[in-house]
Amino acid sequence: MAKVVAELKYSAEHEWVAADGSGPANIGISAVAAEALGDIVYVDLPEVGSTVTAGETCGEVESTKSVSDLYAPVTGEVVEINDEVVSDPALINNDPYGAGWLFKVSVTEEGPLMSAEEYASANGGEL
Amino acid sequence: MTENYTALYEQHKIAGASFTDFGGWQMPLKYSSELAEHRAVRNAAGLFDLSHMGEIWVTGPDAGAFLDYALVGKLSAVAVGKAKYSLICQEDGGIIDDLITYRLPAAADGTAKYLVVPNAGNAATVAAALAERAANFNVKVHDVSAETSLIAVQGPNAEAILLTLVPAEQHALVTELKYYAAVEVGITVNGTVQDLLLARTGYTGEDGFEIYIPNEDAAGLWEALLEVGAGHGLIPAGLACRDSLRLEAGMPLYGNELSREGNPYAAGLGPVVSLAKESDFVGRAVLAELNALGAGSTSGRRLVGLKGLGRRAGRSHYPVLKDGNVVGEVTSGQPSPTLGYPIALAYVEVEHSEPGTALDIDLRGKPEPFEVVQLPFYKRSA
Repeated sequence: MAKVVAELKYSAEHEWVAADGSGPANIGISAVAAEALGDIVYVDLPEVGSTVTAGETCGEVESTKSVSDLYAPVTGEVVEINDEVVSDPALINNDPYGAGWLFKVSVTEEGPLMSAEEYASANGGEL
Repeated sequence: MTENYTALYEQHKIAGASFTDFGGWQMPLKYSSELAEHRAVRNAAGLFDLSHMGEIWVTGPDAGAFLDYALVGKLSAVAVGKAKYSLICQEDGGIIDDLITYRLPAAADGTAKYLVVPNAGNAATVAAALAERAANFNVKVHDVSAETSLIAVQGPNAEAILLTLVPAEQHALVTELKYYAAVEVGITVNGTVQDLLLARTGYTGEDGFEIYIPNEDAAGLWEALLEVGAGHGLIPAGLACRDSLRLEAGMPLYGNELSREGNPYAAGLGPVVSLAKESDFVGRAVLAELNALGAGSTSGRRLVGLKGLGRRAGRSHYPVLKDGNVVGEVTSGQPSPTLGYPIALAYVEVEHSEPGTALDIDLRGKPEPFEVVQLPFYKRSA
């Protein structure tokens, strides 16, 4: 069963958010989503300097079988994107909570987020 | 629709498969990574459960003449031990299914024997259509799909793997078996040698075999192949990689490229239709007319291969554009794991179907550049 990391918060659209309030929030997609998508071959991330809005699409994740929108789990300015994941999208499948992180946002407002327990019970993940 | 399960469902569950519905069957989509399974078939070997496919026996003195009437090809001319790709069409030329038909050695009394293999979702329809078309022929149509499993070993190591289960004195039957041919061979299953129908066919663009086996012995054969294949790089492979493999090989999938609304000429399957055979066949009048009109060559749309110049893949039903105008539609598309660029099959207006033509695929509002290329996208080195 797909892993859900306890220290993170999650959106209904399967993004995870790592925010301790001290700096930009790190954002990626959950192992549940990565497994459901299959082997990811392409990611389209928001540009550094652009503003993303919680609940709105900000990019795309494409696997061998399908294309899915990427939704911003928070509102704020994108301050960094993971260039390595753009050139090697398989990082998302291999390490969705680590090397497969997607982008960092200087958060002005969080969207509705779930705790790891809530997300795991709603989506069949394993804490 | 009731859900069907193959005799290998438990084996797939144990192997950790994720499942998908395909033609009314719960089939393994992938076991681990579909890309890893795809590469295993290209570089070593993959093991497929194809038990959802249909198997229909056609036997009797008129079997050849009957199939000449029921299908668009000339099956009576197929030599014993050979297979032929064909289509079963409606009166209006629409495609009911694409199928492989094997001619097998005649029964003891000399009557001809054919095995017709339709797609999973069409098996019942094809069996019914054949039974209906058999009315005026001395022939028996017997649908054994429910009792029959089909296991495929595909990839460059397929022959070596299979030989380990075949008695030495029968090895030549396997090594000398030609592509699109079939033979009965002894294969060791559950400790005993069973005579099984072995065909050198596939849907992956690689060398490989398909083995027909009664349901009760399917698990034994599956496990035996996994065991002897492990040292040859064989892994179980699901329908996700089957789709990417066949797409690279430029092979059509019923429901995507082929349908009752389409016709063989637009699909590039004109050569499969034998207008030269003397006897009548279902769909003949309309197909002859379509051929005379130049369908798929000088009129209408034609199925082509598209190679992506960027990184984004076109998907089924995405519009194909020329200078911003819609000139076609994608039927299948995804990033090619072997070639490293996006590939697609699409129906496009014949005037834009020449290899080298620059076209765009409308990717959810963004045009992405593609180029018409000759099929197949991928051909294995001899």
